[in-house]
Amino acid sequence: MNEAVQIERSTRISRLFAAFGLLLLLFLIIAPFYLGRSELYLLVEIFSYLALASLWNLLAGYTGLASVGQQGFVGLGGYSLFALTIFFRMPPIVAVLAAGIVAALLAVPTTWVIFRLKGAYFAIGTWVVAEVYRLVFAQVSALGAGSGTSLPTQVVQSIAPTRAARDNLIYWTGLGLVVAVLAVSYLILRSRWGLALTAIRDSESAAESVGVDNYRTKFLIYFLTAGATGSVGALISMQKLRISPEAAFSVNDWTAFVVFIVVIGGIGRMEGPLIGTIVFFLLRGFLADLGPWYLMLLGAFAIFITLTMPKGIAGWLAERFDLDLFPLRRRVRLPKLKSKDSTHSALVDDSTVLPT
Amino acid sequence: MQSNGTLLEARGLTAFYGDFQALFDIDFRIKRNETVAIIGSNGAGKSTLLKSIIGLVRAKAEAIYFDGKAIGGNPAYRIIAQGISMVPEGRRLFPSLSVEENLSIGAYSKRQGPWNLEAVYAVFPMLKEKHNVAATALSGGQQQMVAIGRALMANPRLLLCDEISLGLAPVIIKEIYAQLERITANGTTLIVVEQDIKQAMAVSDRVYCVREGRVVLEGRPPDLGREEITKAYFGM
Amino acid sequence: MDLVATVLDGILLGGLYALFASGLSLIFGVMRLVNTAHGDLIVLSAFIALVVTDRLGVHPLVSLVLVVPLMALLGYGLQRGIFNRTLGSDILPSVLVSFGLTVLLQNALLQIFSADSRRLQAGNLETLHIDLPGGMAVGVLPCLMFIVALIVIGGLQLLLYHTELGRAFRSVSDDQETAQLMGINNAHLFGLAMALSLAIVSVAGVFLGIRTNFDPSIGPTRLIFAFEAIIIGGLGDLWGTLVGGVILGVAQTLGARINPGYQILAGHLVFLAILTLRPQGFFAKLR
Repeated sequence: MNEAVQIERSTRISRLFAAFGLLLLLFLIIAPFYLGRSELYLLVEIFSYLALASLWNLLAGYTGLASVGQQGFVGLGGYSLFALTIFFRMPPIVAVLAAGIVAALLAVPTTWVIFRLKGAYFAIGTWVVAEVYRLVFAQVSALGAGSGTSLPTQVVQSIAPTRAARDNLIYWTGLGLVVAVLAVSYLILRSRWGLALTAIRDSESAAESVGVDNYRTKFLIYFLTAGATGSVGALISMQKLRISPEAAFSVNDWTAFVVFIVVIGGIGRMEGPLIGTIVFFLLRGFLADLGPWYLMLLGAFAIFITLTMPKGIAGWLAERFDLDLFPLRRRVRLPKLKSKDSTHSALVDDSTVLPT
Repeated sequence: MQSNGTLLEARGLTAFYGDFQALFDIDFRIKRNETVAIIGSNGAGKSTLLKSIIGLVRAKAEAIYFDGKAIGGNPAYRIIAQGISMVPEGRRLFPSLSVEENLSIGAYSKRQGPWNLEAVYAVFPMLKEKHNVAATALSGGQQQMVAIGRALMANPRLLLCDEISLGLAPVIIKEIYAQLERITANGTTLIVVEQDIKQAMAVSDRVYCVREGRVVLEGRPPDLGREEITKAYFGM
Repeated sequence: MDLVATVLDGILLGGLYALFASGLSLIFGVMRLVNTAHGDLIVLSAFIALVVTDRLGVHPLVSLVLVVPLMALLGYGLQRGIFNRTLGSDILPSVLVSFGLTVLLQNALLQIFSADSRRLQAGNLETLHIDLPGGMAVGVLPCLMFIVALIVIGGLQLLLYHTELGRAFRSVSDDQETAQLMGINNAHLFGLAMALSLAIVSVAGVFLGIRTNFDPSIGPTRLIFAFEAIIIGGLGDLWGTLVGGVILGVAQTLGARINPGYQILAGHLVFLAILTLRPQGFFAKLR
């Protein structure tokens, strides 16, 4: 053999995608200069859902922690933001990050309780914890109890002096958050840690036998995603300028839709949340007028995709076209085989790539 | 009933686990009342062969014929209903069920025949003493007896035994095979998969040797020499 | 005495929760499936009973004659059509599918019945009570619910341990592959298990509808109660589920005494405490 076998990650497609992504990012950064209020608001919504979906994908799709209680951290983040800005006069943008820290800290005792449960019972356990948070905050009269409260004017004004500046600041915070979430997720998955996660998801006992510390890994992922989810939740409530237990801790809005996005897009693949978010917002754009029918269709669609395309759209694309937008898989590049006899053709040409 | 006495026939049987091919174009014929042994090293495909017959591994419809009828591709429960039963590798008794319950569930298919609880207890009397005990609390040999009894409760015309000697003391193995001979004396056809070649040769009318998913040797024990078998078994 | 009355109420409420839970426990035991739409199916039963009582003018308990077989049929269809395809080593597909079912059901009910609160009219049953010594009174309805729970759980135990079908359920729960070797058609058996589960669910739903106001959105909370009862009692033991339901019921009624808004929260907190201190529950049999 002339060359050693090479292991490579990126493909032409993923390099193209990276270039495209960078260009898109540039356009998004300068968006406030050419988009109006409602478009920016919509974009922040899209960023929020994309971030939540990527986080849930990391948690459930990669680590195997199928939580249906992430709405607990969304609500925690929202309420922390309101509490920090109202009672402690914290600058709102800083409070978005601080709220994430609060959520992460509360994830710690949460794990003591729910990590005792497995599988689907773990899932419902996370839901119960989220319900507890909701019911507790519904008792806090200082924050409006059951009917909630609005963000006071001084706090709103402390974000930025003008409405336009506020919109832009919230927009850039949202963009920053989702880029951070995607970047960190990508780095985690690319690293040894990422392999550990996939190992845990596939077989906990096997992972342990090769030296992965299951509990610590799962805990860290849960902790980090809780924090990030909290920050996103803070941003969402800040944009709405209002909070209530039902809205902040809504299972439908912050778990059902997120799960659907990831399932339809493709669970366990980084492209999944991206594709899923686009599909979700397209569906919403076209069908939202149908009211409950839209939601029924969404539910039916999610069932249909789970049964027929368990790997979602991204999985189907990857299998059909060997498409890999995010270079995460390691590919084996075989060297060119030279035969001594010139009448034989090479068994394998030098562009053969076998995915591993 | 087939006039030429063939009870089970395989024609070009192939089997896959996902993308991995485990059986390649296997042909064989088992006559009524015969005892046939299938030998081969680990991973050769012996268990896969039995699982294909019993329907746990999907085969093509035309690949397996039982008493003249094509049964390939049928789900396991239908094949049991037609008269094939299996003692699975590792016994696989139900831990939540007692000895008697394990035996009773073997009769789920409600096939008529000589085998019922009393008949099984007559062959394996020590099981009657322990009939209320959790099946997995018994010794290895007794568990094997429960597993065989359970398979018999389905009143099979063809009984498949997958590595029943695994993990058992030689004395127990001898006794179990002795019972099996008595059991099959009144008309049950038997296929045993065995790693213990001597035992397989001692108990069978004919032997098939399988290697890497193919039949590499077939014959009657008296006609097969040690060298011939070793060559087929190990592929040297 | 007031305290005793509260505890008694809680115990009887536990009967309803045990009814919620036993259907869920059965399907988890047999096929390791957790149906997160379980609560919404309870609510669906209440709505079906509503339609039946409206159209036919019968008492809600009489409507069971129609509601139970209907829900059983639905269960069989759901299992064979949808849930059987989600069974396997990964729990995510069944969680995802049942989530989809939740959204589908809730919004379908919303569309058909609107978000208004409903109640099943049971006439005297709602107010009849038995006088006890010490000046206490206990409602006939709660007693009936508790007795029905006892009958259902007793019946399930009988089924599981003294019938061939029950043996088949336990075999399949132990080892799905070997169960096939017994001649068991797993797909059909799972369908039967779900049918039985939804039959129990429908009884629970009718009692729920008689006892409280219901609307399309209250399903998920009922699921959580069912789940809490199972975990407190210990996975795999049906009588344990009854005990779990009772503990939950008492926690809730005591919480409600302190402050009506604390009722559900009290139940959750007791559940979490037990989960932390004794995670295997009180009578765990299954792993």
